Amino acid sequence: MNSASGQEKITVRHFDPVRFMALVRKESLQAIRDPSTLLIALVLPLILLFLFAYAVSLDVRHVRIGVVLESPGATARTLADAFSGTLYLDVTYAYDRREIAGKLVSGELRGYVVIPQDFERHFAETGQPLVQIITDGSQPNTADFVANYTQGVIQTWAASFTETMSTPAVQLEPRYWFNPELASRSALVPGAIAIIMTIIGTLLTALVVAREWERGTMEVILSTPASVLEILAGKLLPYFVLGMLSTLIAAALAVFLFDVPLRGSLPALLVLSAVFMIPALGQGLLISSLTRNQFLASQLALFSGYLPAFMLSGFLFEIDAMPAPVRAITWLIPARYFVSSLKTIFLAGDIWEVFIPDLIGMATIGLVFFLIAQRHTRKSLE
Amino acid sequence: MYTAAIPPVSAATEHDKAAIVIDQLNKHFDNVHALRDLSAKIFYGRLTGLVGPDGAGKTTLLRILAGLLRPDTGHVTLADFDVVTNNDAIHVISGYMPQRFGLYEDLTVIENMHLQAQLRGMDTSQQTALFTRLLDFTRLAPFTKRLSGKLSGGMKQKLGLACALMARPKVLLLDEPSVGVDPVSRQDLWHMVQELTGEGMAVIWSTAYLDEAERCDSVLLLNEGQFAFDGPPGELTQHLRNRSFRLEAVGTQRRAVLAEALDLDSVSDGVIQGASVRLVLRVGSSPEQIQMLANRTGAQLVPVPARFEDAFIDLLGGGPGGTSALAEHLPPVELTTSSAVSCHNLTKRFGDFIATDNVSFEVHKGEIFGLLGPNGAGKSTTFKMLCGLLKPTSGEAHVVGLDLRRAPGIAKAQLGYMAQKFSLYDLLSVQQNLEFSAGVYGLGSNIRRDRIEEMISIFDLRRWLSVAPGSLPLGHKQRLALACALMHRPPVLFLDEPTSGVDPITRREFWTHINGLARKGVTIMVTTHFMDEAEYCDRVAILYRARLIALDTPDALKRDAASANCPDPTMEDAFIHLIETSALTDEIEI
Repeated sequence: MNSASGQEKITVRHFDPVRFMALVRKESLQAIRDPSTLLIALVLPLILLFLFAYAVSLDVRHVRIGVVLESPGATARTLADAFSGTLYLDVTYAYDRREIAGKLVSGELRGYVVIPQDFERHFAETGQPLVQIITDGSQPNTADFVANYTQGVIQTWAASFTETMSTPAVQLEPRYWFNPELASRSALVPGAIAIIMTIIGTLLTALVVAREWERGTMEVILSTPASVLEILAGKLLPYFVLGMLSTLIAAALAVFLFDVPLRGSLPALLVLSAVFMIPALGQGLLISSLTRNQFLASQLALFSGYLPAFMLSGFLFEIDAMPAPVRAITWLIPARYFVSSLKTIFLAGDIWEVFIPDLIGMATIGLVFFLIAQRHTRKSLE
Repeated sequence: MYTAAIPPVSAATEHDKAAIVIDQLNKHFDNVHALRDLSAKIFYGRLTGLVGPDGAGKTTLLRILAGLLRPDTGHVTLADFDVVTNNDAIHVISGYMPQRFGLYEDLTVIENMHLQAQLRGMDTSQQTALFTRLLDFTRLAPFTKRLSGKLSGGMKQKLGLACALMARPKVLLLDEPSVGVDPVSRQDLWHMVQELTGEGMAVIWSTAYLDEAERCDSVLLLNEGQFAFDGPPGELTQHLRNRSFRLEAVGTQRRAVLAEALDLDSVSDGVIQGASVRLVLRVGSSPEQIQMLANRTGAQLVPVPARFEDAFIDLLGGGPGGTSALAEHLPPVELTTSSAVSCHNLTKRFGDFIATDNVSFEVHKGEIFGLLGPNGAGKSTTFKMLCGLLKPTSGEAHVVGLDLRRAPGIAKAQLGYMAQKFSLYDLLSVQQNLEFSAGVYGLGSNIRRDRIEEMISIFDLRRWLSVAPGSLPLGHKQRLALACALMHRPPVLFLDEPTSGVDPITRREFWTHINGLARKGVTIMVTTHFMDEAEYCDRVAILYRARLIALDTPDALKRDAASANCPDPTMEDAFIHLIETSALTDEIEI
């Protein structure tokens, strides 16, 4: 082109490996040198993982309740004793409900059971144990638990008392598969990996593209022969690698530090993670094509990526327990598929009947994100 | 000095051919008609200045030329390639440097250059030779391993230029390359670009500095989206022949004389130049009135050659009048001390780095005191210590006799501060901005209401009260910022680069207010990059490498710089002279 008279045709290849690698190198150097990137990619996941492993517990144990024994009789006393025989309740005894009502108000107790003065007379006459259960309705889940469990204790007690009269035809002995101790950590830690990948894929990608616009470097890159495809792919590859790296670290921590079993195989975990990066990165790219402002990009990423992954993926709250309209929305959240597969691979094993629909779900949503993002990104400043 | 530069990119036969053809170009943004019916030709081997005030459409035009924006109607070709239909080719044959450097701050100098080279598809064998030449050309060779974010403004600009030259472009597009660059680096950039045009490249240099237009081979003057002039700069200044004059030896009365002269109907424009006042007559007016003014004040009236800036102001219908409604309303400042601002052995260290080194001076009441220096010389640090925004490591600073360390609160109440870029709250309306600044200085509710009302009427802000400051015209934005800084009637006013990026007419209006304030006894501390604005100052302090290297009146500084080559130096010449004699080395930006 040096001797050009300006008439000959100049064609530019749409994908040039040299340009692509130059962009990948640039992006990697930036990621390594920018402390905030490393903070988001490596430190934040660690904090989250430790938080979910140690601080957050959905298990209900040692719930503090009170038992008010107003009836002086021996039968009533055996019922009162029945409450102390379980791991799930910590019992404070009293003989007057006034002693205890204040503790419920102050939050010291989650509820209390009153065994009234005429308990024995009533029980002798009707065979029904008449007690009053008072719970703290400001914490509905715990209140439910207290109500159900105390009822259970009472029924068991009543049953044992009338054992001689009738033996139940069916003996129930519950077994919990996959997570026998029902330890919430084993269910939470695998799910946390989905959250971490969402942060890296969506938040980081949205941020770094917006940063190029804010700092004016995008304008220069666009004025070179580099194509949109090269620019975007050059941005995604380093964050894909970073995301996979982060997954491996999180998985290693889960297995070796938090004692979560990995019953499936590592290759399957990598395949699942890699496919989940498609919607995660695609969503980040989509956000970055909508806004060129880092603050707005991070807000969008939090609200459209992180929060849904947190609330609607089945990571923290069971999807089956959600109202139907919300349940329908969860089908649009890529993390939902990933959480389901992650729980399976960690707690059950390589079950491809679960993985394949999940993989298809993630890939489909990802492709849709990419298609929309591509339509919105043009090689222009407008 | 710049012998080892870029090899010629085009044959001599191309010199008479147009490099860029703009034909009936129109561009709209929403409701704004940004570019209107532009037609022009730009030639190889010439430095073409794209000159115009902020918001004239310079950046939009350059982005269209760089193939980054599409024209709404009309055609543009670069080296016969259409910017729309042959967009890829445009990116191959042109080099573009946007306003904000466009460098990756967390990459080193050499990494930035490598990236650009690879994006431009250069093979590695070519790179080494070209890199050596470019590094030599830009004098960046000692800094290749430095992160570009840690470079000074001037060095960033040179690196940006090196990156844009990587493709050996036929057309080089530079968007305000001299903004935020000190005069020494600016001179460097000029030499480089002139050398490139000598090799046949077409270079477009966009600028809001009108003195730069005079140095261009050809000028496209853009105003409100239209070309107001297209041709060699001398052609435009010719119209102004015999209309520019200087009132010399006006001395201490110069502000009063300027104000009076600007109110004469024969005068279209005027500025202060040290102890002189420079005036431009309206077309067809005789110098009779200003001769009378000169006789009365005992000054000498001397005809001077016209400048491009004179012609530009004239083309826009002349500058504003000389009376400041603001100053008229203010009561004269009463101060018990004769020194308004003073500092003694002022020093600031950031770790090992000394930003301000043992600086001492005293500013008198009613003085306009300028603080000048290249980028990174310590201007801002010194300035911030003087108005109590930064604690000195050692030394003292006083405002109206109050020690900033012992009584920072009381001292700060005595000063008004106008930060760079006006720093108004864009989420508040104009009215709310006024109320906020009145409130933050603790004015009682009656005084507050009166003062706000006063500012609204003085600065003519009534019809803008409910809009956001961001949507104000530039001149009004500046008025509002000044109103906010003066709400509590401070005896001392600090202005940090108050006219950066402001068009010449708005700048003149601003200085009319400042001159008026100074005549009422308000002390003004100002930093500026515009060397001609230093001429408005009573005294100028020049900082270089954290130290005070000169402190004198503008005329005395210019006198010292006079030499056989340069008998009548400008303020810019004086500045460069001082820096160079002080440094005695060209590696000035550490």
